[in-house]
Amino acid sequence: MTTLDTQDEPILLEMRSITKEFPGVKALSNVSLRVKAGEIHAICGENGAGKSTLMKVLSGVYPHGSYTGDIVYMAETQQFKDIRASEAAGIVIIHQELALIPELSIMENIFLGNEPTKWGVIDWAEARKRSVELLARVGLREDPDTPIKEIGVGKQQLVEIAKALNKSVRLLILDEPTAALNESDSQHLLDLILGLKGKGITSIIISHKLNEIEQIADEITIIRDGKSIETLNVKRDGVDEDRIIKGMVGRTLESRFPDHEPKIGEVFFEVKDWTVGHPQIQDRLICKGSNFYVRRGEIVGFAGLMGAGRTELARSLFGHSYGRYIKGQVYKDGKPVNLRSVRAAIDAGLGYVTEDRKSLGLNLLDDIKTTTVAANLRAISKYTVVDDRKEFSVAEEYRKSLRTKTPSVEEGVAKLSGGNQQKVVLAKWMFTDPDLLILDEPTRGIDVGAKYEIYGIIQRLANQGKGVIVISSELPELLGLSDRIYTIFEGAITGVLDKNEASQESLMKLMTSARKTA
Amino acid sequence: MNALKKLFGGNTRQFGMIFALVALIVFFQIFTEGRTLTPGNVINLFNGNSYILILAIGMVLVIIAGHIDLSVGSVAAFVGVSVALAIRDWGIPWYMGVLFGLVLGAVIGAWQGFWTAYVGIPAFIVTLAGMLLFRGFNQFVGKSNTIPVPSDFQYLGSGYLPEIGPNTGFNNLTLLLGILAAAFVVIMSLRARATNKALGADVPELWVEVTKLVLICGAILYATYLFATGRPGTSFPIPGLILAVLVLIYGFIADKTVLGRHVYAVGGNRHAAELSGVQSKKVNFMVMLNMSVLAGLAGMIFVGRSTASGPFDGVGWELDAIAAVFIGGAAVTGGVGTVIGSIVGGLVMAVLNNGLQLLGVGADLTQIIKGLVLLAAVAFDVYNKIQGKRSITGLLMKNFQRNNDIKPDETTSTKEVISKEA
Repeated sequence: MTTLDTQDEPILLEMRSITKEFPGVKALSNVSLRVKAGEIHAICGENGAGKSTLMKVLSGVYPHGSYTGDIVYMAETQQFKDIRASEAAGIVIIHQELALIPELSIMENIFLGNEPTKWGVIDWAEARKRSVELLARVGLREDPDTPIKEIGVGKQQLVEIAKALNKSVRLLILDEPTAALNESDSQHLLDLILGLKGKGITSIIISHKLNEIEQIADEITIIRDGKSIETLNVKRDGVDEDRIIKGMVGRTLESRFPDHEPKIGEVFFEVKDWTVGHPQIQDRLICKGSNFYVRRGEIVGFAGLMGAGRTELARSLFGHSYGRYIKGQVYKDGKPVNLRSVRAAIDAGLGYVTEDRKSLGLNLLDDIKTTTVAANLRAISKYTVVDDRKEFSVAEEYRKSLRTKTPSVEEGVAKLSGGNQQKVVLAKWMFTDPDLLILDEPTRGIDVGAKYEIYGIIQRLANQGKGVIVISSELPELLGLSDRIYTIFEGAITGVLDKNEASQESLMKLMTSARKTA
Repeated sequence: MNALKKLFGGNTRQFGMIFALVALIVFFQIFTEGRTLTPGNVINLFNGNSYILILAIGMVLVIIAGHIDLSVGSVAAFVGVSVALAIRDWGIPWYMGVLFGLVLGAVIGAWQGFWTAYVGIPAFIVTLAGMLLFRGFNQFVGKSNTIPVPSDFQYLGSGYLPEIGPNTGFNNLTLLLGILAAAFVVIMSLRARATNKALGADVPELWVEVTKLVLICGAILYATYLFATGRPGTSFPIPGLILAVLVLIYGFIADKTVLGRHVYAVGGNRHAAELSGVQSKKVNFMVMLNMSVLAGLAGMIFVGRSTASGPFDGVGWELDAIAAVFIGGAAVTGGVGTVIGSIVGGLVMAVLNNGLQLLGVGADLTQIIKGLVLLAAVAFDVYNKIQGKRSITGLLMKNFQRNNDIKPDETTSTKEVISKEA
């Protein structure tokens, strides 16, 4: 079918009222997206808004039939049943986590799954010829035989694009392409995308870096809470960062938080000049001289976009369990403390609830009672022999006080819902009786009702005089819960706002830009 | 049913294995025309397999922690020959020889534990190297000769409980042991029941408990009867006694102590364990060390039984021990397994071996059958998991999906990236 569009450029892709439901959750509802041929179209939205889900629908990860709505691409309604089908149509998606094999060479990676053959044998001469051409097109000066692991992330990103070009791409989707890149690599990549546009390749770019979007995008579609809010034309509408942020966060704060009267005491936990290196990459820093403090009874929020270094900061503090410690000192009650191992951190009164419940927080083979006592076996054992009765009664006590929904504390944790699993993890750390509890995305993957309960638990802990650090991607959550909020951008703390001076706009500004004011 | 299941670790495969063991015994009892359950044969069976079962105790801990140990046969042989030489050449008494063997086992275990836990080399490689290394050491120090051990040392591998007290027609000590064991089982399960009841936990119905106890005690007393009525001079064998003590100790450690908890935690999810303050390196080190100590003990028992140490002692033991553990319900990926289950698994293999021998089946066919049994036991479990019925994998998959459902905006999983490539 032809389009009714009145603008100068023809429409390459139109997604019409796409609705995608998961049991209990409407991830996308009536989302529409129109991408004109030859433009760079940005999709903006908060974490969890539905951007990646929309791209998964488009690229066939969620096959036709698992969503409702139409995808019209090149004037035909498409029904992609898998990624291969969408790739055959010229839609290539480059994920944030690159799909390259580190041990193979650049050339082998470009042609992986798409090898040129002659009589059924790979034609390496042809492959080499073509990879030299492709590398020239993306502006990568490297020998095609260089193993992927020997080139930096920026260059790997270019190899991904070369790979896409080899598949005669028409619509290139880039999911957070510059998230892991430094300034100059990002700039090179953006220039390349602009260059591809000149050669007639349309791009959809998902990015949190609003300055970049402002720089290269022609149009911007904003998605919020699974709905497409608006599409802005950058030149015509004179869009700037503030305008995009307004669209991204423009939701009203519902009263989703229990009432809480903070009882804040004196500063008891202080971190000075905390600097940590990336675990693998030599000169990259994941924490750049961070300074912050926590007072007794205070809930301190940490805001930052994905990959900003929030989790890295927390884990490097918690027993140096991530990254290479370079310098910095932690003070508790005015005295320097050494947190060199997880055990030492627990003994010093720290607790850390991970954002990745399944792979870092729980042993899914265990039952509830074993999990509850796992971080503090000392308290329920005598001469290293575990007292089953104590274990059971401790677990039972937390089941009741946190209102964990389970038939018995002998139930396997793998059987519980996300919210109840999180309560078990909270119980585990509450049982270690920490002075400072760090909660990393405490409500991720949890439904609204359970969220409310978790907020209540967090507030109760603060009222007991404990310090609580909450790391979250959801700004409304941080605003509703925290007494004070630090913002992090690219591993550095860029600001701190009091509860009453913080707003989604002010936070987002600090989260997306380098330090403006000290 | 649930009660029985609970007793044996609550694992479908282990539960099935108990029945398989009973069925095998009944089958061979019928087809060997009663030659299976005779005192002589049962005593033989225990004597000939206790060292493998001892290895299985250590091996299950290694496997729960997520490793494997291929060197146990070679370590056993090296410790065996060293102890035999020490007794012959240095003239030390047998008990000093045993102590020397255990210390040597610990030193070897520390070596393997160091490479596995602290250097981070996979245990498969470390112990494959150890398999070659200690086999070589065995033949080097023993000059590939057979070295006899004195008779008091032989008692360790082929001795029996002595005859004491009045002549009752039974071996009195064996009888006493059997009655104590039955009483122990009854008291322990009644106590556990009382505790659970007091705490308000699930308690199986009374008749289930009673039936269970009657069955178990019946089995224990019948075994006692068999051991106590052997030909004169035989009774419950010393290696069996050592095995029983070890099962009690290690069962307790695995189930009730902080160290045991940590072994399961490291095997189940190493990262989660570390973030809960478990020192996983120390746990891995201890597990590897312990395995070699037990391998040393098994080696000494075997030398005692065969009256001499030889250059080919312990060949293939590692595979028997590993098979026992997997038949007994352990998971290749770690985190799952029980000591008692591994013993049952080992007994299945032992009964199979013994029964086929009694039937006059050749060694070739016996190996084929044992191979198929191992495959079938694990395949049964995998099949159960695919069906998604009360299996851990099934639960994980289910949860994974639910997880996806709740956070639809999660970044792409590796699976999708792979499927894109494929």
